[in-house]
Amino acid sequence: MKKYIIKRVLSVIPVLFIVSIIAFSLTHLAPGSPASTILGENATQEEIDALEEEMGLNLPLPVQYINWLVDVFHGDLGTSVVGSKPVTEMIASYFAPTISLTIFSTIISILLALPLGMLAARKRGSAVDAAVNGITLAGISVPGFLVGLLLMMLFCVKLGWLPVSGYKPLSAGLWKHIRCLILPSFALGFSHSAIMMRMTKSSMLDVLNSDYIRMAKAKGVKEFFLVTKHAFKNTLVAVITVIGQSIIGILSGAAVIETMFNIPGMGFLIVNSIGRRDYEVIQGVVLVIALINVTISLIMDLIYGLIDPRIRLD
Amino acid sequence: MESNEKSLNLEEVRRQLKKEQRSVRIRAFTKNKLSMAGLVLVLLMILIALFAPVIAGYEPNEMVVRDRLMAPCLAHPFGTDSLGRDVLTSVVYGARISLLVGFVVSLASGLIGMVIGLYASYNKILDNILMRICDGMKAIPNIMLAICLMASLGASIRNVLISLTVVCIPGIAQLARSQALSVREQTYVEAMDALGAKTNRILWGHIAPNILSSIIVQMTFNFATAILSEASLSFLGAGVPSSVPSWGSILNEGMNNIYTAWWLIIFPGIFTALTVLGLNLLGDGLRDFLDPLTN
Repeated sequence: MKKYIIKRVLSVIPVLFIVSIIAFSLTHLAPGSPASTILGENATQEEIDALEEEMGLNLPLPVQYINWLVDVFHGDLGTSVVGSKPVTEMIASYFAPTISLTIFSTIISILLALPLGMLAARKRGSAVDAAVNGITLAGISVPGFLVGLLLMMLFCVKLGWLPVSGYKPLSAGLWKHIRCLILPSFALGFSHSAIMMRMTKSSMLDVLNSDYIRMAKAKGVKEFFLVTKHAFKNTLVAVITVIGQSIIGILSGAAVIETMFNIPGMGFLIVNSIGRRDYEVIQGVVLVIALINVTISLIMDLIYGLIDPRIRLD
Repeated sequence: MESNEKSLNLEEVRRQLKKEQRSVRIRAFTKNKLSMAGLVLVLLMILIALFAPVIAGYEPNEMVVRDRLMAPCLAHPFGTDSLGRDVLTSVVYGARISLLVGFVVSLASGLIGMVIGLYASYNKILDNILMRICDGMKAIPNIMLAICLMASLGASIRNVLISLTVVCIPGIAQLARSQALSVREQTYVEAMDALGAKTNRILWGHIAPNILSSIIVQMTFNFATAILSEASLSFLGAGVPSSVPSWGSILNEGMNNIYTAWWLIIFPGIFTALTVLGLNLLGDGLRDFLDPLTN
């Protein structure tokens, strides 16, 4: 197991290296210099040149990249061109809403997907199975922001039960916090719960048709224990893969959902920074989000190793 | 002479058998109601896009300010937006953009991804470099990568195509690579290798045709993903320029007028969902038809 962990942790390094190159090049592909953005339209060429020299933007790109990377290793992601605040500080203040949203969405999708998926597998061909198939198809065909818009129309405009947009931190009270996250979390979690449901159902079906389950049935193991104790653990590997991918997908979809629901999270920050051409912030957020994604994949892989010993022997 | 005849007969039998297998699969595809429904939906959307000028009663950007935010009526069956543009017209012209984006992105990413995957499967050093780049790209959320690319390149249809193609390439490349690696292990490829066949001949003549069906299936799903991503980009205002009608930008308009104009959400929403649903159903059917083992 130790060897497996070391191997898996080391494999993260080249991925992060590539991410850093992508994040750096993305912002340097853009036309126009950040110096002219800071100084505004009325700046003279001399002023722009002077600021570029001060910021190190006149150096060759590889040198700029190495300088940036060295700073990143020291925990310095640069300073926001627009807000004049350190990027790390900005990311820290926008971090919590994204994490809350991701956690709520993941919980909603797991709570919907696991019981319904297992039930559909157990009662194949029944009304539950048909409903699960319908939800799955809807989930993969309707984009999250459209689900969000429809929910907004129903719960905010028609019924007036929930706020259309906005965010209250946890410190404002648990109910207030949850209340403004219900719709965005559902909008984000719905499509992922559909994929998770499909996966839970198909892997449960595979397991239920296997010899050892037939054997357990023949020995008279009760239906409930058959599904929860014997079959569930073997479906877990497939389900955990989907949960991991869902968390990554939810983080990805957060850019759209946070912007539409006005939640000050990292997705909201990056969309706004692009509008303001605040490249230091864009680089920083891309790097942090990719780091979170890579860490989630790593944790998922380590969990498989724990659940299923066959994986770590490969 | 006799042996020649025998081999001819064998060839005939083999051809017949292949033909029969094919017709069995076609019958299974046409019998599968969901795949046929998917095919019909996709064809319907293609027809709507092709005949957009006939279906739409107005020019794409025709504005009648006094008719702004009109609810659906006879003159405007899908209502009008805040600038007095006919929503039915924007929706049918939007179908053109969505299908164009889906088609070009899935085709371009399919081709480029396949080339990358095939060469990666044949050269260890290249494999390490290319696959790490793909891993790195996949670590950045798709929409975020697309938004950043759009910000760097500027808003235009061409740049939407480029950004979404770039985003879709790693998935296809990794699929092509893994499929190519498993085909490579087959005895006939090893035999060709041993006989000294050129790498390009093996890759394009023998491995590529064998992985094509999985790639085509994945391309159908990428078609749907590209349509959804374009809609998301335009919804955020980071997609096609605002002068081009797009489902995402109508939905954005719908969000801004959510208290007054439900039609700006419902109609483009239905079109987006039905197109993507059709493509997903078609993709599932194609997978059973072309690639029965992976299902």
